[in-house]
Amino acid sequence: MAFCKNGRFRNLNLWKIVPVILFFILWELAARYGPFAGSAVFPPFSAVLLEMAALFKSGVMMKNLASTLGRVLAGLCIGTVSGIGVGMLMGWQEKIYQSLSPIISLLYPIPALGWLPLLMLWIGINETLPVAIISIGVFFPLCYNTAAGIRSVDTQMIRAAHILGASEKRILFQVILPNAAPQIFTGLKLSSGMAWRMVLAAEMVAIPTGIGALIMKAESLIRVDIIMSSLVVLSLMCLFFEKILGVMEKKLIGDWTDNA
Amino acid sequence: MPEIQLRNVTIRNCRNLNLKIKDGEYFVIVGETGAGKTTLLNMIAGVEEYTGSVLIDGVDVKPLPPYKRGVGYLFQELALFPHLSVMANIGFGLKAQGYPKNVTAKKISFLLELMQIRHLAGCYPHQISGGEKKRVALARSLAPSPKTLLLDEPTSGLDSRTAKYVSTELHDILKKMGVTTVHVTHDLKEAKRISDRIAFMANGRIEQVATPAAFFFDPANTTAAEFIGVPNPGPP
Repeated sequence: MAFCKNGRFRNLNLWKIVPVILFFILWELAARYGPFAGSAVFPPFSAVLLEMAALFKSGVMMKNLASTLGRVLAGLCIGTVSGIGVGMLMGWQEKIYQSLSPIISLLYPIPALGWLPLLMLWIGINETLPVAIISIGVFFPLCYNTAAGIRSVDTQMIRAAHILGASEKRILFQVILPNAAPQIFTGLKLSSGMAWRMVLAAEMVAIPTGIGALIMKAESLIRVDIIMSSLVVLSLMCLFFEKILGVMEKKLIGDWTDNA
Repeated sequence: MPEIQLRNVTIRNCRNLNLKIKDGEYFVIVGETGAGKTTLLNMIAGVEEYTGSVLIDGVDVKPLPPYKRGVGYLFQELALFPHLSVMANIGFGLKAQGYPKNVTAKKISFLLELMQIRHLAGCYPHQISGGEKKRVALARSLAPSPKTLLLDEPTSGLDSRTAKYVSTELHDILKKMGVTTVHVTHDLKEAKRISDRIAFMANGRIEQVATPAAFFFDPANTTAAEFIGVPNPGPP
């Protein structure tokens, strides 16, 4: 552990790690010596880790995780492409913005899970359901952020590009989109977290495979250790996606923004 | 180098503007904030709609898109592209207009040298100072070899010493290149020092066009006299 002369931690990352370690220690102690000691409803952290290892070893976790991941990726792709596409049109063309923004403003506040009963009736309980619900949940924040990002690009910069001879296409792809990218990434980060929350809900309610379904099965067997293992895996996947997006953001726009 | 003419041009609060800027001239426009100075530049550049005619070298440029008017524009806010390096900013117009790669590289290199910013070539705009940004923006607007350059308050935001240095340097470079320049400022000392002729604008009108000597010693009316801070002119 590195200390400066004045006694402060040199490596400030320790302040991020220490609370996490403390949390797991407290969990372990509370489960072993607390009011629920020995009860199946509150297993210690070590038991959850062991169960998680067993689930991975047996292939159960991987199989369910693969199903969930596939749905998340498909939903994210569809929602991202459509969200950015419509957002670009709205941001670039004033008339389209004026026409679509009332509809978007009306639909955006509906919680994504609010679509679930409707989608169950419209498309049935099948593989399309979680993908559709993720796509809807991803579409709105991305569309909104892309349009807002494009509309906030400095008009003088666009004028400068016009005077320098840039075509509309060049202005869109080489001036406007790069400058709207920070806001698009904000939308993407929001959306990726949303995708994992929604897939879990869809699988818990309607789909017999995936992490959500595994949690529901574990609940019926009162296997809290499996539920907690699944939640930990889900949380790690969420973090992993956020990190990937963070790395992409840094690589694409970090040189010229404060993310450098 | 071109001659610029405005004939009965009207745009927003600017009405029936008539003006003739000689070719190769360093023409300065002065006036209070909101007088219509920037609007006049936007009109010449073709980035705002107007009625009347703007003639460059005797040709009405109304149907021409901004880049076909042969005009470079240094915006007051500079409007550098934050996601592009200094070099890419300077080369943006050249690439957009389809200059061959070798010509683009030569022009960028020449301008980096001319503006003494070669050491900043790989930097991004947020990494350089205000004065350096102005040089980059100027290099960018000069890159496609415009025949006319429009400068909107190029020394605003700089301390007085740097401002004097930048404006003198700008004047010398542009005079050497023979570019017809329209320079907007509210700094009277600067206008006096660098202009061939001065136009005074107030409330969307061109009140006076004169040589610096004539403008400062013989303001055309009370508004002009008040602006330069001399006693009101008496009756002729």
